Amino acid sequence: MRIGLRLTHVMRMEVSDESLARAAADGDRQSFALLVGRVYDRVYGYAVKLTGSRTEAEDLAQDICAALPAKLKSYRGEAKLTTWLYRITVNAARDRFRRHSTHARAADGWGDWELARRAEISETAERIDWLMEAMKRLTVDLRETLALVLDGVTHAEAAQILEVSEGTVSWRISEAKKKLKAMQEAEA
Amino acid sequence: MSDDLDDLKRAFDAGLPGPDPDKRAAAIALAMKNFDRAQETADLARQTSEPTEKAGIFRGAKLMFAKISNRGLLTATTAIAAVAMVALIPVLQDSQPPEVTLIPANKPEGKPAADPVAQPDAKLDDSVALAPKQPPLEPEVLAEPLDLAFDAPVVMNRRAADAGAAKVGRPMVAPSPQPMAPAGASQMRAPAPASPGAAPSVSLETGVFNFEGGVPATRPLPIPVPDQIVRPDPDTEAFPDAEDNPIKVTAEAPVSTFSIDVDTASWSMIRNSLSRGMLPPEGAVRIEEMVNYFSYDYPAPEGDAPFATHVGVSDSPWMDGTQIVHIGLQGMLPDERPPMNLVFLIDTSGSMNNPTKLPLLKQSFRLMLGQLGENDTIAIVTYAGSAGLALEPTKATERDTILAALESMHAGGSTAGQAGLQQAYATAAKMAKDGEEGAVSRVILATDGDFNVGISDPDALKEFIADKRDEGTYLSVLGFGRGNLDDATMQALAQTGNGIASYIDTLAEAQKVLVDQLTGALVPIANDVKIQVEWNPALVAEYRLIGYETRALKREDFNNDKVDAGEIGAGHQVTAIYAITPVGSPARMTDPLRYAAGDAQPVADETGELGFLRLRYKTPGEDTSKLIETPINADAAPLAEGNWALAIAGFGQILRGSDLIGDWSMGDAIALAQASKGDDPFGYRQEAITLMRLTESLKN
Repeated sequence: MRIGLRLTHVMRMEVSDESLARAAADGDRQSFALLVGRVYDRVYGYAVKLTGSRTEAEDLAQDICAALPAKLKSYRGEAKLTTWLYRITVNAARDRFRRHSTHARAADGWGDWELARRAEISETAERIDWLMEAMKRLTVDLRETLALVLDGVTHAEAAQILEVSEGTVSWRISEAKKKLKAMQEAEA
Repeated sequence: MSDDLDDLKRAFDAGLPGPDPDKRAAAIALAMKNFDRAQETADLARQTSEPTEKAGIFRGAKLMFAKISNRGLLTATTAIAAVAMVALIPVLQDSQPPEVTLIPANKPEGKPAADPVAQPDAKLDDSVALAPKQPPLEPEVLAEPLDLAFDAPVVMNRRAADAGAAKVGRPMVAPSPQPMAPAGASQMRAPAPASPGAAPSVSLETGVFNFEGGVPATRPLPIPVPDQIVRPDPDTEAFPDAEDNPIKVTAEAPVSTFSIDVDTASWSMIRNSLSRGMLPPEGAVRIEEMVNYFSYDYPAPEGDAPFATHVGVSDSPWMDGTQIVHIGLQGMLPDERPPMNLVFLIDTSGSMNNPTKLPLLKQSFRLMLGQLGENDTIAIVTYAGSAGLALEPTKATERDTILAALESMHAGGSTAGQAGLQQAYATAAKMAKDGEEGAVSRVILATDGDFNVGISDPDALKEFIADKRDEGTYLSVLGFGRGNLDDATMQALAQTGNGIASYIDTLAEAQKVLVDQLTGALVPIANDVKIQVEWNPALVAEYRLIGYETRALKREDFNNDKVDAGEIGAGHQVTAIYAITPVGSPARMTDPLRYAAGDAQPVADETGELGFLRLRYKTPGEDTSKLIETPINADAAPLAEGNWALAIAGFGQILRGSDLIGDWSMGDAIALAQASKGDDPFGYRQEAITLMRLTESLKN
């Protein structure tokens, strides 16, 4: 059963990121086109969790995609493409925030978005908003780590990506959970 | 821990806005353009030493216009192209490679090039509601959870409460404008009546995210990652690096010697890799371990012999004109298992903190407890940071004590293996002294491979384990999880410690290794089992041993009782496969030597012997080996279920990329496996066929 379920995933996956990346680095246009679509979605998916801002996430994803042809040359295949990509995204996001001196602004993103959501009062908005609100109050470190783990990255990989120890990742996650829980209890 | 967050993750995926399709397209178009330019400049660089990037820019832009039909896109990308070109110019003066400067992120204002144009587009979308992928704008999407709350809230609420109670987690409830469903209430009180304003709740402890009850927010809407994310694979795994056994010419090297191998770790690792969508590393493919993973219908030994030897000859499925010689050993299964003293040396370092590691180990351990009786004693030593005795030697029947000790183990800290290993052996020695006569003592190391035992020299470590082995304490290794699995070391340690190395990736595998085959895994019946085959050059021109690359022995090692070799446990089966080319076969790969001394035409022809099989083994506790000799007759009947072994061996050779099986393909392997599946009570063989199919898809 387990195998059967995975099988469909594998089938759908078709060509691995790594082979696409290799082919693209060798100048295969089609492979690059396929890869850049995946990369955009992946980077956006992580960045939107990290920043809570659609615009920020779109900007980040575009920056990274635009740089991808050059960046690919530095991808030596020693890590999985996703790991490599997350590392680039995390760094790009940090750079970006630093440039705007936007540690504050990053948090604002969550606020703006939350306000926009409030405008359309609905139950769905409520449910997400609580998360948004809570996430906003975490420190950048915790948010970075939590966003990775929420993206399905294991602690070990997150440690690799963020270049901290695995223990630190686990600690941050439990800390983030603790904080979220505390906020929840404070509100209840 | 990450498990708890799974539902949060799903909620995020479902609730967060997807990217604006136009912006996405624009970004991709920009990336494509950069890619094309990178290719063009690369080409130009080859043609001329004079940089002519300007032509490249215009050609690139032209190429881009030619490829884009969508009008909105066109507007956006024109702007991108314009900005990109502006950005390029100063850099050209610096004669830098152009692709580096095309990254909009580098622009001083920090806004991407597409923004001024793409932004209005987005607004247009907002007002006309063109973009179906934006959840905030989708009225029916927003209404959906509300409907759920109307439809079946009571039942679902109870379910949520149960889930919360079962996991001792307090469900958390999001703040709601209406005061229904306050925090923590759903679990404590009777289910509240349905309310349209019921707020969804999130429990961080149980990971249950629900709309007033259990229906997870799995909606297909804007999940921004359509492709399956391939789990990144850290690269600290180590596998033994052994070349395939080559074809040997009988006239030159008639004798083949190797140690038997009853490990099965390789098969589990292959399965684990494949089911994650990756072909296994070649070094992880050890064909003998794949073949020995399965059980075969070999007749049991008669009398006092610890094992029976069977030989079969059949045609090769891989290459016409070649034959297969099959050697099968069947270990005896004693009626009564001797008592066991087991010391579990458990790695609780931080890296074990993963569902496939420590938690799986605990579950496996529980399964195994059921197999142990009142005569067996268990102790647990953990190592991480500081080594410690987590469980004093305890009778296996005291389940509560053992399970409590098991539960109290937590992963954390770094690995300090040496102290742990020494303590484990010391505990085992103590148990042997205090325990019953004739008990089998064994240290079982459970680790994910981060075994930096402090004995910096791996040979010193092996020596330590070998010394302890000679004192009567054996070592087995259970591998868990992937990522930094040091397969090579695992193998070497178990080999030295007279134990087996198993890799446990699922609870089903734990069942096989620690329940079904526990006696075999822990009770040795024959030590240092070596096989030597002398081939008859009159009948066999060439031969090739399939697998056993890491187990090769020197010819003289066979009779040297000091040389360590593999063990057979109670009920174990060992299969070895030779591919041979008969004399005169057109399939022969090598030409006979022109100047070789005389044609030796020995005894063979009337005996009809392809070769002669010699086996040496030691009864546990003895130092002198015994010899078993069996001729390999050319007309020997094929072994029972031999074709299954051949299908698996063929599968292994394909995985290793062998060039010695001709055009034989994965399809052929699957067909042979299907035809020879036979009785498959536990489904292991069906699983193998599934994996073969998977390999076929992955290879293409």
